[in-house]
Amino acid sequence: MFSNRYIFIYSTIMVVVVAVLLALAATLLQPYQEKNIRVERMRYILTSINVENTAANAEELYAKYITEELVINVDGEITGRYKDGKMEQGSRRAFDIDLRTEMKKLKEGGTVELPLFIAVVGNDTLTVFPLQGKGLWGPIWGYISLKNDYSTVAGSVFDHKGETPGLGAEIALPEFQKQFVGKKIFDEAGKFVSVKVIKGGVKNSKTPEVHGVDAISGGTITSNGTSLMIETSLQMYVPFITKNQSHE
Amino acid sequence: MSNENTNKEHAFSAKNMRLLTAPLSKDNPITVQVLGICSALAVTVKLKPAIVMALAVTIVVAFSNLITSMLRNTIPPRIRIIVQLVIVSLLVILVDQVLKAFVYDVSKQLSVFVGLIITNCIVMGRLEAFAMANRPWQSFIDGIGNGLGYGIILVIVSFFRELLGSGTLYGYQVIPEGFYNFGYEDNGLMILPPMALILVGTIVWIHRSRNKDLIDKS
Repeated sequence: MFSNRYIFIYSTIMVVVVAVLLALAATLLQPYQEKNIRVERMRYILTSINVENTAANAEELYAKYITEELVINVDGEITGRYKDGKMEQGSRRAFDIDLRTEMKKLKEGGTVELPLFIAVVGNDTLTVFPLQGKGLWGPIWGYISLKNDYSTVAGSVFDHKGETPGLGAEIALPEFQKQFVGKKIFDEAGKFVSVKVIKGGVKNSKTPEVHGVDAISGGTITSNGTSLMIETSLQMYVPFITKNQSHE
Repeated sequence: MSNENTNKEHAFSAKNMRLLTAPLSKDNPITVQVLGICSALAVTVKLKPAIVMALAVTIVVAFSNLITSMLRNTIPPRIRIIVQLVIVSLLVILVDQVLKAFVYDVSKQLSVFVGLIITNCIVMGRLEAFAMANRPWQSFIDGIGNGLGYGIILVIVSFFRELLGSGTLYGYQVIPEGFYNFGYEDNGLMILPPMALILVGTIVWIHRSRNKDLIDKS
């Protein structure tokens, strides 16, 4: 009934039409999508310093609270500074640096630029560190802010690409993130221990309560991924942190 | 499309309405047609994702049914599955792109479901079984009906799983704190996929005991 010729022509036309439609949609919508992603990044950073925000006021609040964007190298030296809307040092804004690509570069032995953000909220100066890791199904990421002592967690935010709804995806909920407030990433001897996410609850484990939070039931792999993410991401900033701690 | 309808029957005739209501009970995609079980297990831990998924599937089934039905006489049978798949994927990706650009929050909630919709057996099942042989309007209604029929089961299952597994409904705590003090505990098993299967099984059991004509004759 349908000749091979018809089938070939039919599928060719179908593929071309679909490709054109998708390419058109992607190109037309890209500016909107990119803006959403920038706003979302600002919202993450604001949430990590406990500033309530909406998609509408994120840009304004970001400008108000984030006073400096710094870029550092693996030795903890500042190589870039963005302040009051202009570059004072270096060439790239910390905001535009993707930690994931930098971590990949680090693995391959290249030089890296690590972004961090300084925020002033009330009388506190908070330092915001980006986090990147992997969960069960895909990437997870977040931001964690530390108080003046560079050890006490002031706030945190996590999100994920596609963790299981109701299980691993709970890391994106405030209930999980609130647990981190007040935890310390350095022990009393000044050793970096990070904040661990512990299956079965931190109370029932050997980890001191100040260095651990409860994992999510049924979301063990995502919980472990979150734990590892915090540790490996913050590890890269340890030289910078110890340098600044000794100044005080 | 409307020309085809006018010379025969009214768009909302009893026969057409049956296409909408049958999947809700006697012809339910999950409990009777046994389609879309996999996603029913995955997204029913909480009520909210279940509702979002139900809506998304309803939209996609309805429109892919409509498009497939309009093209049905031109689609060569030998490549019909490929054509159907392309239509479904096109719709899903377009919806995803638009959501990402204009309602970013919703698109983030849908993130994992978008992929699940493409692979949802209900979509392909309805395209094959209905849209390839029926007129566009009927196919469209059939899509809506099946999407809702799927949604009903999802909502029922997730209602029990969230209530018994987490003590919440739609994210709000409904089991009073006091119960926990008296030793009540959330059932951890409810959060895991096997429980969804058992709940679906229970629904099938109740459903068939009330509708004797659904019971297999063998």
